[in-house]
Amino acid sequence: MCLAVPGRVLDIEDRGGTRMATVDFGGVVKEVCLEYLPDLEVGEYAIVHVGFALQRLDEESARRTLELFEDLGMLQEEFGDPWEAADGMTASGMTASEITAGGVAEGERLVHEDVVGEGHR
Amino acid sequence: MKYIDEFQDPGLARRLLDEIHATVTRPWALMEVCGGQTHSIIRHGIDQLLPKQVELIHGPGCPVCVTPLEVIDKALEIASRPGVIFCSFGDMLRVPGTGRDLFQVRGQGGDVRVVYSPLDALRIAEQNPEREVVFFGIGFETTAPPNAMTVHQARKRGIRNFSLLVSHVRVPPAIEAIMRSPECRVQGFLAAGHVCSVMGTAEYPELAARYRVPIVVTGFEPLDILEGVRRTVLQLERGEHAVDNAYPRAVRAEGNPAAKAMLDEVFEVTDRAWRGIGVIPDSGWRLSERYRDHDAEIRFSVEGIDTREPAACRSGEVLQGLLKPHECEAFGTLCTPRSPLGATMVSSEGACAAYYLYRRLDLGSARRQGQASSAPGAPSAPFPADASANVPPLEGSSVV
Ligand code: SF4
Repeated sequence: MCLAVPGRVLDIEDRGGTRMATVDFGGVVKEVCLEYLPDLEVGEYAIVHVGFALQRLDEESARRTLELFEDLGMLQEEFGDPWEAADGMTASGMTASEITAGGVAEGERLVHEDVVGEGHR
Repeated sequence: MKYIDEFQDPGLARRLLDEIHATVTRPWALMEVCGGQTHSIIRHGIDQLLPKQVELIHGPGCPVCVTPLEVIDKALEIASRPGVIFCSFGDMLRVPGTGRDLFQVRGQGGDVRVVYSPLDALRIAEQNPEREVVFFGIGFETTAPPNAMTVHQARKRGIRNFSLLVSHVRVPPAIEAIMRSPECRVQGFLAAGHVCSVMGTAEYPELAARYRVPIVVTGFEPLDILEGVRRTVLQLERGEHAVDNAYPRAVRAEGNPAAKAMLDEVFEVTDRAWRGIGVIPDSGWRLSERYRDHDAEIRFSVEGIDTREPAACRSGEVLQGLLKPHECEAFGTLCTPRSPLGATMVSSEGACAAYYLYRRLDLGSARRQGQASSAPGAPSAPFPADASANVPPLEGSSVV
């Protein structure tokens, strides 16, 4: 029912006393009510739910969170599998097949042992 | 798409997973409250990638699933009346009432329309002044503000033929009810991110302290969920029980003050029955005195409703985290998304539907036959791709 997704404000106008925006969701453009975020500006991102902007998406926090994730791997990189590191596997942007093909040891460690994977139905 | 793709990065997911594996020393049971998170977890196979000591229990946070049968039956009755245009979000259409659903009402001539936003329903009311337009207002704290604003505008603009059938629910009383249950196994909560985008975090410290559970505000993308799990497990391992915000890009401590003010203006707190669970005190909202004119329950007095749930359905236990969907006897046999017995099999956020869509069908039987752990070299879940190729993609990826 209630998808809430980040979208970027393209433009803003007053429509019959209601503050409305045109918002781009990665190509899909929708009308969004800004009454709950009246100071949202063109170019900013917001979390939108059923046609309402509910919260400003803070780009600075988003960046910091991603940096934190990057830092988490530091020790791993330091002491991790040299073959993997050499192969550039720790770089971001790895595909799904790369992660599943990430060596036998890694692969097994990533699976819940008591779960039968799809391939074993 | 920006702010979605970055939080699905498999390389970073690996780092988070490694960190969680390195942190865990004992078994822990965590509950994700929100159905959107349940969906994301099953879709991306996150539960299978976590260390086996970390169990994710799926919570009651699917608004479609917990809407009481009595309210669904009222909706069906109102939607069947001549002169009514009944507007709803799309995923209420197949939710089983007693013996039928909105989809069937439409087939029998009812004017049932699917809208993207409650404001669309208000527009329909404006364009059809001779008809009664009813919007089905269900959902958690995330959906309540849009519905509140819509009723507020209807009143302000004198659109009298618009009314709301309200069955809103609130998360904190549900957390409390779960913690008070004698069967409760939950040791930490992933709190629903977008509920907190609206409400902020002020309601949670008291719960965390009273029940000594960590409550970590968590987003919806795979990395968000892993980070929520990591922070919860870290607290549990350290013996802490604080409220923590792992989703700061969309959640501020104070929430959205304008939305909260509108909720106070339009709604008042009430006891609410949750489908399959029962009445939870103070767990819902209804229209306040000033807005009663727009209350569909009052406008259309619906009497003599005799609700009947299919006996086989165990969705109440599923919603309370006492049963995993595939452990229900009817799962995948008598009950499928095409012919659902319970609401948890209908909604994209329902746990039964998520298990069915992403092919967890065989887990139950495999487990029962005791062969589950004897699958050498079982492939890891294809993270973060979908666990099933045949699944219709989610419209976006973040759900509340
Ligand atoms: S699988 Fe179907 S019958 Fe069983 S609990 Fe889920 S919805 Fe109910």
